[in-house]
Amino acid sequence: MIESLVDAFVALTSPEHLFYLVVGVAMGLVVGIFPGLGGIVGLSLLLPFLYGMDPTSALAMLIGLVAVIPTSDTFTSVLMGIPGSSASQATVLDGFPLAKQGQAARALGAAFSASLFGGLFGAVVLTVVIVAARPVILWFGSAELFMLTILGLSMVGVLAGHSLSKGLLACGLGLLFGAQGGAPATGEFRLAFDNIYLSDGFPLVVVGLSMFAIPEIVDLLRQNRAISDRTTLGRGWIRGVKDMWLHKWMCVRCAVIGCIVGALPGLGGSVVDWIAYGHVVQTARDTSRFGKGDIRGVLAPESANNAKEGGGLIPTLLFGIPGSGGMAVFLGGMVLIGLEPGPSMVEGKLDLTYVIIWSLALANVIGAGSCLLISRWVALITNIRYAYLAPFMIMVICFAAFQARRDIGDLLALFGIGLLGILMKRFGWPRPAFLIGFVLSDNSETYLYQAIQFYHWDFLARPGVWAIGAITLFCAWMGVRNLPTSKTEEQEERLSHATDMRPQAIFAAAVVALFALGLWDGMQRTFLAALFPIALSLAMLPPAIYLLWATATNRTAHSANYDHEVVGEHVGVAGVAGLWHYILWLAAFIAGVMLVGFWIAIVVFFILFLRVNSDATWTRILVLTASGVSFLTAIAWIMVMDFPGGLLQDMVELPWPLS
Amino acid sequence: MRTFIHLSLGAVAATALAAGTVAGPAHAVDFSGKRIEWIIPYPTGGGSDRWARFFAPRLSKHLEGQPVVAVKNMPGGNSTTGTNYFARRAKPDGLMIIGTSGSTQFPYLLGDRRVQYEYKDWIVVMATPTGGVAYISSKYGVKSAADLKTMKGKLVKFGSQGATSLDLVPALAWDILGLNSQVVFGFKGRGPVRLAFERGETTIDYQTTSAYLKNVMPLVKAGKAVPLMSWGTIDENGKLVRDPTFPELPTLIEAYRIVHGKDPKGPAWNAWVAFFTAGFAAQKMIFLPKGTPKDIVDTYRKAISSMLKEPGFEQAMEKALGKYPQAEGKKSETLAKLATDVSPKSKEWVIGWLKRRFNVTP
Repeated sequence: MIESLVDAFVALTSPEHLFYLVVGVAMGLVVGIFPGLGGIVGLSLLLPFLYGMDPTSALAMLIGLVAVIPTSDTFTSVLMGIPGSSASQATVLDGFPLAKQGQAARALGAAFSASLFGGLFGAVVLTVVIVAARPVILWFGSAELFMLTILGLSMVGVLAGHSLSKGLLACGLGLLFGAQGGAPATGEFRLAFDNIYLSDGFPLVVVGLSMFAIPEIVDLLRQNRAISDRTTLGRGWIRGVKDMWLHKWMCVRCAVIGCIVGALPGLGGSVVDWIAYGHVVQTARDTSRFGKGDIRGVLAPESANNAKEGGGLIPTLLFGIPGSGGMAVFLGGMVLIGLEPGPSMVEGKLDLTYVIIWSLALANVIGAGSCLLISRWVALITNIRYAYLAPFMIMVICFAAFQARRDIGDLLALFGIGLLGILMKRFGWPRPAFLIGFVLSDNSETYLYQAIQFYHWDFLARPGVWAIGAITLFCAWMGVRNLPTSKTEEQEERLSHATDMRPQAIFAAAVVALFALGLWDGMQRTFLAALFPIALSLAMLPPAIYLLWATATNRTAHSANYDHEVVGEHVGVAGVAGLWHYILWLAAFIAGVMLVGFWIAIVVFFILFLRVNSDATWTRILVLTASGVSFLTAIAWIMVMDFPGGLLQDMVELPWPLS
Repeated sequence: MRTFIHLSLGAVAATALAAGTVAGPAHAVDFSGKRIEWIIPYPTGGGSDRWARFFAPRLSKHLEGQPVVAVKNMPGGNSTTGTNYFARRAKPDGLMIIGTSGSTQFPYLLGDRRVQYEYKDWIVVMATPTGGVAYISSKYGVKSAADLKTMKGKLVKFGSQGATSLDLVPALAWDILGLNSQVVFGFKGRGPVRLAFERGETTIDYQTTSAYLKNVMPLVKAGKAVPLMSWGTIDENGKLVRDPTFPELPTLIEAYRIVHGKDPKGPAWNAWVAFFTAGFAAQKMIFLPKGTPKDIVDTYRKAISSMLKEPGFEQAMEKALGKYPQAEGKKSETLAKLATDVSPKSKEWVIGWLKRRFNVTP
């Protein structure tokens, strides 16, 4: 093993290898900054160059690319509240509030140093563990993997906030939305209503953007200020690095979690940042600032998700099974270069394996380091007036959502689920709970079904199941123990009690209707496809109906009473438009896309929006519109992408990009 | 004098015209400066995408005018979305081609409602076959296909990605052989199924050639798995023969003969051959759209021919994709026809089998 390490070190430090690594990193950082682009796009951009290159250089470039995707997507998460990829959703929860308080540079500094740390830690663990990892991975069968999804779901309890019933129902909604699409056991379509887009289920990218980015944008638009409400930004990034050092043991724990979850194929790396976040909330003594700008809420997911990429190398290299989306891209690239993963990676080709692991670590250092250095200037974006920034952000979000399936359905889903996200934020329903349910829905159903098929109900007697079950109960107990609400939290809760609970009642009624729909649709399916949605809906209907009763009978003293319209940063501020005003702008834009296609609609939207909502001169408006739209067009050309078309495109044949 | 000049010019013009018309077949279409879109109705990074990206730059090099060949991924609807798009939008100008895979053929053969394309409209220019090997857990004491007779009454478990996926071919093969198999669905790829086999959760499985060679051979050497048969391949005459990569392994026909003492026949067997061809022997194919004129088709065929003959191509392909010779020209047409045609009786039988066995309607 030592010999291979030495050989690997020599190969790693060759100038050619380093050069291509840096090229890959640079490409990955640029691609990672834009939400929704991600590794897949980076790979398709790199691929033409991979041919004709010798395998070691090509490999270096590939690794550089994949390693830093979860690094640079932190920029949009922290600065704009737009989760760049599924890996940085949890970062938005505390990172964005920090940016709003003028501490963007600090949050970024913390995030990048945590990423750097996580990536390095992952590589160290990997070096030692990979030789013996194979039997451990094999030990996790369908029963054990099912228990791990239950562990993931139990995080909901910690993230539910003040109303446990809302947390439970939000998670249930997420599970229902996740069950939508093809049933794992039979392939039957659930809740698809004969629509091709719906038969594939909702894409995670769209759900993440709708739940987190859309509500934040609407809120910011209404307050009509810059993202940061302070004029001074400070040189906070060093403070961020110090924060990481202060909480270094917590970062170690989160990196361990990231490694383990990343190493288990089929668990879904998108849940790792939530598990890390949930763990930190469970074990923290003072939980009052989580969700409002606690730096630990940034450190935890960031160290975990970079370690996860390292962990994800284990199943990718050893079994050829990608541990995550980034790894799938890496695997595809590897095969194209002619390197096929398998047991030989540990037996015959150990030095190559170490080159890969340590290139990943090095790429992490270079990537996170570069981001750290430029974060101070990039953070200045948070000082720009939102009315200028907003059309760009909406364009970026729509573009990112559209990458999911390249179908108008992506935009419609963005709007529909975005509406749900807006209302959930208003009525205090925890959106992380929804997301966890959504992400774990398919896996929990699949693994339970497979466990029963393979072991019958005896699967419950397996030692692994007991072990993981015990850990779950322990974590749940830790979380409950830590729940005493502080004085300020109680006060705030009472403040947000509305006197007229009718809007909440309507929302609760909608939730009941959704579960009733899930129940009805489930009953149309065959047994194996019906079980999950029926059981879920039957379990969720009683608490949902209870909530409906509490809100409909106007019980203002009930803990479930929460309406952000009553207390929020915008209440009492003059000139703030109603919630529906900006929702209508978004709706109008999407209607425009459906009529005249995306390209024309975005041009019109930019011009109209800037004219109505800001005091920019016509020249400025045209310059901003031109720069935004031409940038978008350039990217689409490189990616061989068509913009969504509308009725106009169906009737008249137009040249690209108007098509 | 003027008459002479006129006559000479006329003669030159006439000759040029005649040469132009007569030289029809040899005249290749020039794609210089153009961009060809290669629709792949599958996500980036997957098997079909890798296949296309392997060929795209090489095709570009050999096509007249060296146009850029850009792969355009359009996943969705189990590959029906992108294929429908191609059927609807592709013009017969050679600037848009499609690469289909088994998962595009199967819904078509099964009459899936989402399918709005017709293979018979299109023109095939290349077919890429693949092979597969079926293997069983050593715990049954089975040493080869001949021992399958001892499996009567014993249950085998098979992991599948879906009743109407490519895994239909092995699932049907187990039934044809008379094995008592429990099919467990929900797997998200052949890799995870292989993992389940290593864990002992599934006990019978198949893998495509390259995955078998890399990942299952070590299991065979360690005595944990036993190869039973290979799916074989289709030869020039459309006959099912042994897989050249595994000449020692019997095909399903031979295995059946050993177990049952006679040749397989009947609707189940015919259905298996049709779906095997669509899913393996002619798994990936490149098509030109309906109405593409002959000169464009010929240009593509010529480019593919020279691409396949390029020195070093075979080694590069073997490294990236596996050892099966690409089918071009006549052979590709034979394969395409076999892969996209199923007799109404066989189709009816398969749909009935899917309903009976798995309670699934395509």
